[in-house]
Amino acid sequence: MDLTTKYLGLSLPHPFIAGASPLSDSVERCRRLEEAGVAAIVLRSLFEEQIDQEALAHHQAEFGHADAHGEAMSYLPAADDCVFGPDEYLEHLRAVKKAVGVPVIASLNGYTEGGWLDYARRIDQAGADALELNLYSVATDAGESGSELEDRSVAIVQAVRKAVRMPVAVKLSPFYTSLAHFAVRLQAAGADALVLFNRFFEPDVDVEALEMHTRLELSDSSELPLRLRWLALLSGQLRCGLAVSGGVHTTRDAIKALLCGAHAVQLVAALLRGGLGQVGKLSAGLASWLEENGYTSLRQMRGSMDQSRSPDPKVLERVQYMRVLQTWRPE
Amino acid sequence: MGSLRTATIDGNEAAASVAYRLSEVAAIYPITPSSTMGELADEWSARGLPNVFGSVPKVVEMQSEGGAAGAVHGALQAGSLAVTFTASQGLLLMVPTMFKLAGELVPFVMHVAARTVATHALSIFGDHSDVMACRQTGFAMLCAATVQEAQDLACIAHMATLTTRVPFVHFFDGFRTSHEVAKITTLSDDDLRALVDHEAIAAHRQRALTPDRPVLRGSAQNPDVFFQAREASNGFHDRCPQGVVDAMQAFALRTGRAYRPFEYHGHAAAERVVVVMGSAGSTVRTAVDHLVGNGEKVGVVVVRLYRPFASEWFVQALPATVRSLAVLDRTKEPGAPAEPLCLDVMAALRAVEQAGEAPWAATPRVVGGRYGLSGKEFTPAMALAVFAMLGEAKLRPSFTIGIVDDVTHRSLPFDRGLELPHAGRTEAVFFGLGADGTVGANKSSIKILGEATTQHAQGFFVYDSKKSGAITISHLRFGQQHFEAPYLIQRADFVACHQFGFLDRYDVLDLARPGGVLLLNAPFAADRLWDELPIEVQQRIVELGLHVHTIDADAVAKAAGVGGRVNTIMQVCFFALSGVLPLDEAVRLIKASIQKSYDKKGDEIVRRNFAAVDQALANLHEVKVPAAATATRRRPPTVPAGAPEFVQRVTAAMLAGKGELLPCSAFPPDGTWPTDTARWEKRGIAAAIPVWDAAICIQCNKCALMCPHAAIRAKVYEPARLESAPAGFPASAWRGKDFPGQQYTIQVAPDDCTGCGLCVQVCPAKDKGNPRHKAIDMTPVREVRDRERARFDFFLGLPEVDRTAIQKLDVKGTQLLQPLFEFSGACAGCGETPYLKLLTQLFGDRLLIANATGCSSIFGGNLPTTPYAQDAAGRGPAWANALFEDNAEFGLGMRLSVEALTGRAQKLLHGLASLLDADALVAELLEHHERSEAWLAAQRQRVVELRRRLAPLPPREARELEALADYLVPKSVWLVGGDGWAFDIGYGGLDHVLSMPHDLNVLVLDTEVYSNTGGQASKATPLGAAAKFASKGKAVDKKDLGLMAMHYGHVFVASVAIGAQDAHTVRVLREAEAHPGPSLVIAYSPCIAHGYDLVFGGDQQKRAVQSGVWPLFHYDPKLGERGEPPLVVDTPAGTLPVAEYMRNEARFRMVEKIDPVGFKRYALGAQQAAQRRIATYQHIAQLRWPQAASAAPATGDHAETKE
Repeated sequence: MDLTTKYLGLSLPHPFIAGASPLSDSVERCRRLEEAGVAAIVLRSLFEEQIDQEALAHHQAEFGHADAHGEAMSYLPAADDCVFGPDEYLEHLRAVKKAVGVPVIASLNGYTEGGWLDYARRIDQAGADALELNLYSVATDAGESGSELEDRSVAIVQAVRKAVRMPVAVKLSPFYTSLAHFAVRLQAAGADALVLFNRFFEPDVDVEALEMHTRLELSDSSELPLRLRWLALLSGQLRCGLAVSGGVHTTRDAIKALLCGAHAVQLVAALLRGGLGQVGKLSAGLASWLEENGYTSLRQMRGSMDQSRSPDPKVLERVQYMRVLQTWRPE
Repeated sequence: MGSLRTATIDGNEAAASVAYRLSEVAAIYPITPSSTMGELADEWSARGLPNVFGSVPKVVEMQSEGGAAGAVHGALQAGSLAVTFTASQGLLLMVPTMFKLAGELVPFVMHVAARTVATHALSIFGDHSDVMACRQTGFAMLCAATVQEAQDLACIAHMATLTTRVPFVHFFDGFRTSHEVAKITTLSDDDLRALVDHEAIAAHRQRALTPDRPVLRGSAQNPDVFFQAREASNGFHDRCPQGVVDAMQAFALRTGRAYRPFEYHGHAAAERVVVVMGSAGSTVRTAVDHLVGNGEKVGVVVVRLYRPFASEWFVQALPATVRSLAVLDRTKEPGAPAEPLCLDVMAALRAVEQAGEAPWAATPRVVGGRYGLSGKEFTPAMALAVFAMLGEAKLRPSFTIGIVDDVTHRSLPFDRGLELPHAGRTEAVFFGLGADGTVGANKSSIKILGEATTQHAQGFFVYDSKKSGAITISHLRFGQQHFEAPYLIQRADFVACHQFGFLDRYDVLDLARPGGVLLLNAPFAADRLWDELPIEVQQRIVELGLHVHTIDADAVAKAAGVGGRVNTIMQVCFFALSGVLPLDEAVRLIKASIQKSYDKKGDEIVRRNFAAVDQALANLHEVKVPAAATATRRRPPTVPAGAPEFVQRVTAAMLAGKGELLPCSAFPPDGTWPTDTARWEKRGIAAAIPVWDAAICIQCNKCALMCPHAAIRAKVYEPARLESAPAGFPASAWRGKDFPGQQYTIQVAPDDCTGCGLCVQVCPAKDKGNPRHKAIDMTPVREVRDRERARFDFFLGLPEVDRTAIQKLDVKGTQLLQPLFEFSGACAGCGETPYLKLLTQLFGDRLLIANATGCSSIFGGNLPTTPYAQDAAGRGPAWANALFEDNAEFGLGMRLSVEALTGRAQKLLHGLASLLDADALVAELLEHHERSEAWLAAQRQRVVELRRRLAPLPPREARELEALADYLVPKSVWLVGGDGWAFDIGYGGLDHVLSMPHDLNVLVLDTEVYSNTGGQASKATPLGAAAKFASKGKAVDKKDLGLMAMHYGHVFVASVAIGAQDAHTVRVLREAEAHPGPSLVIAYSPCIAHGYDLVFGGDQQKRAVQSGVWPLFHYDPKLGERGEPPLVVDTPAGTLPVAEYMRNEARFRMVEKIDPVGFKRYALGAQQAAQRRIATYQHIAQLRWPQAASAAPATGDHAETKE
């Protein structure tokens, strides 16, 4: 069965790729992902803010007490080779690229305009096959409107797109007022693909200690429908690629996502829970399902249930139960 | 000639650069002010920099200077070129090895940043008392006077030792030269390679101990041969001076810089000559030039080669016209006919005369004097005073210069305000905070001017002894002409005050030159600034005609995101106002310097500093100075009016930076110093302080327990006391059962708090409606200072809690006890001081502390003020610091003395019992009893009663018992020190003391590095932590000192972490004290050297305990005797991965950044080590001692049955 798909300009033997997760944190783990048969590997994000915060913290630790007392000019060893910046990430990227044959997609979360651009360029130079822009930040600024926020995001995508040669995907959250409009703008800004959707650390409350904690729960299949809706809605409207991220745990989950228009399926929780063997199981399952159901290729089936082709596209728009006659169709 | 490359570096680096490149092995041990040399060698070695022979020197840190000397001795005997660096007590620990090295004619150089040897007090500053204590060893001694010479003479020493086979001490003045930053011409590798004698190196190798050519060294010789064999080496020492001259000539030929063993400077027919060694040589030369310019016949001989002392050459260096000589010694040798250099000069003159070779008709008069002890300033004005004395009819033997000796009247008068002209030089002084980066920026400015221009530049930095809120004063000189000025600036063209509050505390303008520039960092607009100045400052500004400029650098820094570091901002202002460089060029160079310094530290750091630079100029404003002072506000007094007389007279002068002016009579002659003085120093260094909300507080007292500075206190008191309280004084009803009906208050000392925030972090009580608000919150100090001052004054007036009334001495109960360790100069968030404070709360009124040198001795005993305090009865900790290495022995001695005097008191009491007619009283006084607070109070009462009864008794023994009666109240002897002491340098003594049965207690404040000298690795440094001498992570785990001590069986041993389990710490300290034998408590102490914000010190302690990195336990022999396992593991460990603990501290994280693979190995190793340690403890915790009591009688019973 022909499971090939094109995503971010990359020809993939099948749609299952390893999403950004600890699974790609070491070269050894990346090798194991490749051995398990993933079509591509997305590295965890380079977080500009984290780099800066750590650099600032280290700077304070190293220099905050320097030259302050006659007996000690410093309190930590001078370490010129202790470098704060994206180098650690870039070296990891280079090492992974060297170690594996499958495409390696880097990921970036910036928080300054300069950071987005500079780090994207350096990732490009380090040889990533593509870049996933991890665009999301919590919109807490009551002074910034939705459209301003979107303008800012679009400008970033536009600037990065111009600055790098590699294909660029944008990983989105579902929390936009007009996601379809925003998606079209991102495509116009040069996004080669959209990834639906990012998942976040969520707050939790310790009710005794009156403290807030954050944690990230692994996804399960219940998160898939939201993604199916937007895959199906966007697939028909966009030329760019689509990947599903979050909620694909079974072959049937993957089939649904692909039917709704996904070019690629990112796996994280499925692999963390079920082990790397899941990659083989899912692609084999997909192949046999396609065969059993008389498809000739994945390409034939991909997007066949999106809004433009679905026999009941209104379902995608319906979010409340409507007591209507099943036999009545509006004009 | 080598190429003329220059560098702007300090004396330590100048010397170390040569030493490193000409050595193969370096064994070192950190000691101020020489530590930098060893650290640089380690840093270069870690970076793989080769020596001039192409190999990377091996650098090892030893457990003491004695160990370092032993290691280099071994390395030298085995044929390599070895080196060490040291100072002061460290040098003294090397003396036995120095005799060996000299006796064995081993080519070797040790580089010494000469420092005061502790006598009546410790001092980290420079004089020659250490090197003078080595002059008998047979080492040659070469003295460098400037930073340039520290490099050049280092090279000459290495050259000469190879050819002469006499080992060398190359020394220079600690701090004055070791820490002065100056522009020098450097020696290249080619220079060094060309200058050393490679055949001599080959010969040294040929002498190596090797089984291929076996010989024996270090034999034991008997009276038949030792003497002759000792004299057999005379020729080497006789030839040594010529070897030095040869080396100096070869050096001059290559570099153009000529040196001589004795260098004369002055009038060709001088009649008055000063002889001096070290940096003071430059000062005297300046005075000589001035006097010769005025037509006076004076000169100076600067001694470079002090040993061997080439008498003939010395005399040849003198003009034959000399009539009187003053020999200045930077050391004091009480009881000697004169100080050592003076004696050498006298002997040289006499020797030449006896040989009939004297060039003069009449023997010159010689007088010796002392100057510059402990880094005391030595200025041209002082040199002038010495020349003036030399012109008097009667010389002043054993004179001193630089002080006012109103006790033995040996000091020469001098003009403190006199300054010699120095055209063409810009001089600038900067007052900054240790934490604001002023010194770093000034070092950068000197480098910029030194390296980017043809100007000569010099910087010297004065630090105070505090570790938090410390003031730094930077002295910078720039000029087109070369200059040497090894003394502080007396009149600055430019004075910058980087902290506005200093204007109220110090006479900042004392150093301003008339017509100069004053730059103030002030939180006010330029048009408001004038009105904010105290009248004293306004008057000085007007009198001196200063041009005043101001910037709110803190606001600029905040906007740029560089926190409190105003350094680069003030640096830009300096360049803008001083005109030493075109401004554009200065800004470009500052940015280049920032880029260079921080390039690898993250783009954001660079970006923020650039922003600070860019915003500086726009915010710099000139202040319009009125024709006369207008203020009504006066500077507050240095200490409050109620302070004791000594504090008013002596301490206050020191606090104001006027200690220089105090005469000898101000001081106790034996170093004894009053305790309880820190409370008079109101530093006010916190930007925010905790404020208490009585309504929310649950009265746990954890805030008071964790406060490193005893700046947050708890009291319970009668409600009636509140009648006189300031308005709004917060209080709540005490919730415990022990003080029914009483009120409770938590109060901050607003001027003593450092603002570390630990108290708020540890506070568990949250406002239910607004959990962000706790029972204490940090509040900007400016909003509450006056109110809290009044409240704290009132709070202090509330009576201390009756110790006997507290039912439970737990965390809550102990914090109602008065801390007798308060307001020290320790770092904000210090992890050591909470333990010490708790110790004084528990046992302070009967506490003797032997304190090893280190942080705890510095914040514990570094003047001006003393944090150990006294209670209302005048009792409190008696404290002493002996040395670093001998603290256990020192403490044991205290214990032995207490035992002796207690025994004597008891014996006298027995003897006088019949006369006292109080059998019950005597019996009770002699009864051994558990030391509860109630019993202690009763015993004190019994002592009072005893004294009452003794008073009328006539025997001499009654008087003696009256004097000793207080020893009937048990004393608590504690040996306190850091891990450097307990794990390394003092371990032998500690082990010995623990092996004995005496009732003493050891508190190890384990910061896991040598904190005081700047974070060098100790044997307590954990696996994978970066520390100096382990910059890529320590490769082996820390020594398990507790386990080692447990093996004795009779030692109470415990491991505590106050931030993780405070109740455990409190309980263990009490149990340790109650244990009738030796006790060892090892206390986890967060430190700035761990590389994180210490407000999280408590959280990090919890992680350490949870991960098993720091297991809590106690080992109590009493349990063993009862048949229970003596070791109790007090906390479950292993609930957190060790890596989670490690990732929160820069000392581990930087290893991960440098070597991620290595870090993983370390993290795994640390995890395994923690598990292994816990497993070992848990295993031991199952073991019970065989019960002798049940076993022995069983045998006896059996025997009896048999009979």
